[in-house]
Amino acid sequence: MNDPLLVVEGLAKSYGGRMGCADVSFTLEPGEVLAIVGESGSGKTTLLNLISGQLPPDQGRVAYRMRDGALRNILDLTEAERRFLARTDWGFVHQDARNGLRMGVSAGGNIGERLMGIGDRHYGKIRDVALNWLDRVEIDPARIDDKPGQFSGGMRQRLQIARNLVTNPRLVFMDEPTGGLDVSVQARLLDLIRGLVAELGLAVVLVTHDLAVARLLSHRILVMKGGYVIEAGLTDRVLDDPQEAYTQLLVSSVLAA
Amino acid sequence: MSATAENYRGYNFAYLDEQTKRMIRRAILKAIAIPGYQVPFASREMPMPYGWGTGGVQVTAAILGPDDILKVIDQGADDTTNAVSIRQFFEKTAGVQTTTETGKATIIQTRHRIPEATLQDHQVLVYQVPIPEPLRFLEPRETETRTMHALAEYGLMHVKLYEDIAQHGHIAKTYDYPVLVAERYVMAPSPIPKFDNPKMHQSGALQLFGAGREKRIYAIPPHTEVVSLDFEDHPFEPTKFTEPCALCGALDSYLDEVITDDKGGRMFVCSDTHHCESRRAEGHVGALGTPITPVTEAAE
Amino acid sequence: MQPVLSVSGVDKAFHLHLHGGKHLPVVEKVDFAVQAGECVVLGGPSGAGKSSILKAIYGNYTVQAGSILVRRDDAIVDVATAEPAAIVALRRHVMGYVSQFLRVIPRVPALDIVAEAAREAGLAPDASRRRASKLLTRLNLPERLWALPPATFSGGEQQRVNIARGFAGEHRLLILDEPTASLDAINREAVIELIAERKAQGAAFLGIFHDIDVRDRVADRIIDVTRFAPHSERAA
Repeated sequence: MNDPLLVVEGLAKSYGGRMGCADVSFTLEPGEVLAIVGESGSGKTTLLNLISGQLPPDQGRVAYRMRDGALRNILDLTEAERRFLARTDWGFVHQDARNGLRMGVSAGGNIGERLMGIGDRHYGKIRDVALNWLDRVEIDPARIDDKPGQFSGGMRQRLQIARNLVTNPRLVFMDEPTGGLDVSVQARLLDLIRGLVAELGLAVVLVTHDLAVARLLSHRILVMKGGYVIEAGLTDRVLDDPQEAYTQLLVSSVLAA
Repeated sequence: MSATAENYRGYNFAYLDEQTKRMIRRAILKAIAIPGYQVPFASREMPMPYGWGTGGVQVTAAILGPDDILKVIDQGADDTTNAVSIRQFFEKTAGVQTTTETGKATIIQTRHRIPEATLQDHQVLVYQVPIPEPLRFLEPRETETRTMHALAEYGLMHVKLYEDIAQHGHIAKTYDYPVLVAERYVMAPSPIPKFDNPKMHQSGALQLFGAGREKRIYAIPPHTEVVSLDFEDHPFEPTKFTEPCALCGALDSYLDEVITDDKGGRMFVCSDTHHCESRRAEGHVGALGTPITPVTEAAE
Repeated sequence: MQPVLSVSGVDKAFHLHLHGGKHLPVVEKVDFAVQAGECVVLGGPSGAGKSSILKAIYGNYTVQAGSILVRRDDAIVDVATAEPAAIVALRRHVMGYVSQFLRVIPRVPALDIVAEAAREAGLAPDASRRRASKLLTRLNLPERLWALPPATFSGGEQQRVNIARGFAGEHRLLILDEPTASLDAINREAVIELIAERKAQGAAFLGIFHDIDVRDRVADRIIDVTRFAPHSERAA
C-alpha cells in the first residue's frame, strides 16, 4: 500500500455552542476519491474547509504528504507555504464557478494564473498550455480570449477545473461540483471529472449531497450527520448495503430514475 | 523673497503642523527602509481637493526646509494649473524659493512625469499618486492584496499583462506600468508614461510617492534596482517616437500632441517644458520652432 | 495450488432499521472455493441468496461473519475485512463483475465505456480501444452503435456492452450475475466462447446462470446454495 497523502485525526470544530463537526478521522491514499455526503448542516462543508486549511480546527490535526515525502501538519505550515501548496499541489473546485474563477479575466488568463504564480514568464508557452487544457476540458480553444461571463454554467465549471489542474496537483477538493447545473450538463461534467481523475491519478475529497454523484465518482464514502461521521466505507457497499439507520433512510429516500 | 515668520503668519512653516510632519517623516523613513512597500499614514485634509496632489503636497511639506528650492510639474509642464497652484501654495506657506529649472531644484514635485534631465544625488522627486495599489483592479480585497505583497505572490500582475497581450497583441499598458523594486515589492509608479520607467532604475535621486486619498506613502531609495515587469517573449519596451519635437528637435524626449487648428493640424512637442526651453536656448530648433534667447529665472 | 477465491463461514443478513429493526438472515456458513481455470456456478431457487453471495465476494455487501479470501499475486486479501482501498485495488487488478443491468454515466459512448474498463486495469488508451472494439465485434454489437451512449439501446444490446465491459479488464476472477439472461442464441454462444477462452488462459469464473443449457456448457461445478440457507429458515 502507498503512504497516505492526507491524514486526518480527531478533527473537531464548533461555532460558539453550535457544533460544526467532531471526532473526524480518516486517511486518503494517492489517487483515491473520497466522497463526504450528508444533508445541509451535517458538517460536510465545515469538514472540507478544515482539511483544506481554510478554517482552523478546535482540535485534531490534518497532515499532508509534501512532494518531498514528508508528512506535515498543515497548521504548522507558514501562511506562505500553505498558500503555495494551495495553488500548486492542491486544487479547489467551488460549487459556484464565480468563486473559483476571475470573472474579469479571459479563459486563458484564468488557466495561466497558476503558472504565472509559480514564475512562468513566457507568454507563448503559457498560452500553449492554456489551449491544451481548454481542449482537454472540452472547451473550444478558439474561446481562449473570452471571459467566463460569456460561458454557460457547465463550461465555467470545466474552466474552473482546468484552472486548478494546470499545475498537476495531487489533491483536489470539490464542493458540490455539479450542484446548480442542469441535469443534462451534469452527466458530461461527471464523465470529464472521472476521466481526468483516473488519467492524472488525482486524490479527491468531494463534498456532495447527491448520492448518484458520489457513486459515480468516489471509491469511498463518509456519511455525516450532526457533525459526526456515522458510517464510512467502500462507496457501493455503503450505498447498496447501508448499516446505519440514517444511511438506510438517506439511501432509500433517493428517487430511482 | 525671504522666508521670514511674517510671510506665513497664521500658518506653521509649509502649512502642516510639526506633529503631522513628524508622523509623515516616520512613514517616509519606513518607506525608504522597505523600498516599494506601501506605508499607511494618517493623511490630512489639505486646502485642495483629492486628486489635486494632496498626497504629494503632504510629502513635500514634510521634507521641505527653508533652504530648499522647489520645482513643481504637471505632465512635465511648469505652467499648468496644478503645478502653478502647488508652487504658489508653498511660496505662500513656506516662503521657499521655487524654480522651473530641473537642475537647480532640490525637491521636484510631479504629477505623471519624470523630468528628462537625469536627476542627481542631492535631489528628491515627489510623485502624486492617485491609486497606489498595482493589484487593485485585479483583486478588489485590500486584505488579499496586502497578503499578496507580504508573500510576494505576484502571479496576478502577470495575468494583467497576459490579458493585454491576448487582447492587443502586445502589452498595451502605456502608463502606470508596474515595476518590481529591489527584487521584492511590485509597485505602481503612478501614472507616469512607461517611457519614464527606465529613469526610475538606479536613479541618483530619492523618489517618494504620496497618495492622499488612499493614505499611502512609498519610496525608491537612490541607486535602487527598478525593473519593469514583462514576459520573456514580450519584453518591456519604452514608448518610442518616430518624429522629433517640433519645437526643439529632440529625438529622445517624451512628446505631447498639440492640436494647432480645427482642420486636423497638430504637432508633437516635448512634454517637459523646461527640457524643451533649455534645448532651444542652446540653439536647437525643430521643424516648426523658432530660435529663442535664453530665459532667465522669472522673478516673482 | 492456492484457490483464486476461498469463501469460508460467511454469514450475510440485513438489518432493516426503517422497518422496525427487522433482522433478515440471507445465507449462513457459506463455504466454497474456486480454482484458476474453473467455472463455478451457484444454483438454487430465486431468493436463495445467490446474488447476495456474489455481491459479498465483490465487496459490495458487508458480511457479518466469515472470510472471503482473494489471491492477489503473492498476497491474500480478505474482502470481508479489507480496507476500501485494498478492495478498490483488487477490483482494478484481480476481480471483475458483470451485473444484470448496465449502470453507467449517461451520455458516454458504448466504446468508451468498454475501453475505460480496460484502461482501469492498466492498459494504454490505444490498446484499450482496440480491446474494446474486438469485444464489441465478438458480441455482435453493430459498429454504428459504438459511438452512441447505450441508454437508447435494447436490453440485449445494453447487456452486451455490459459483458464487454466486464471482460475488458481480463481479470483473473470474473463474477457473472445472469449475464446471458436477455441475450439471443447467437450472443449466448458468443459469451460461452468468451468464457471458455478465458478459462483456458487460467481465469476463474463464479456465476449465476438461469439458462440450463448455458449453465451446463460453462459450469465445471454447480454449488446448490440452499445448503447455506439460514438456520432459522431450515428449521421452519
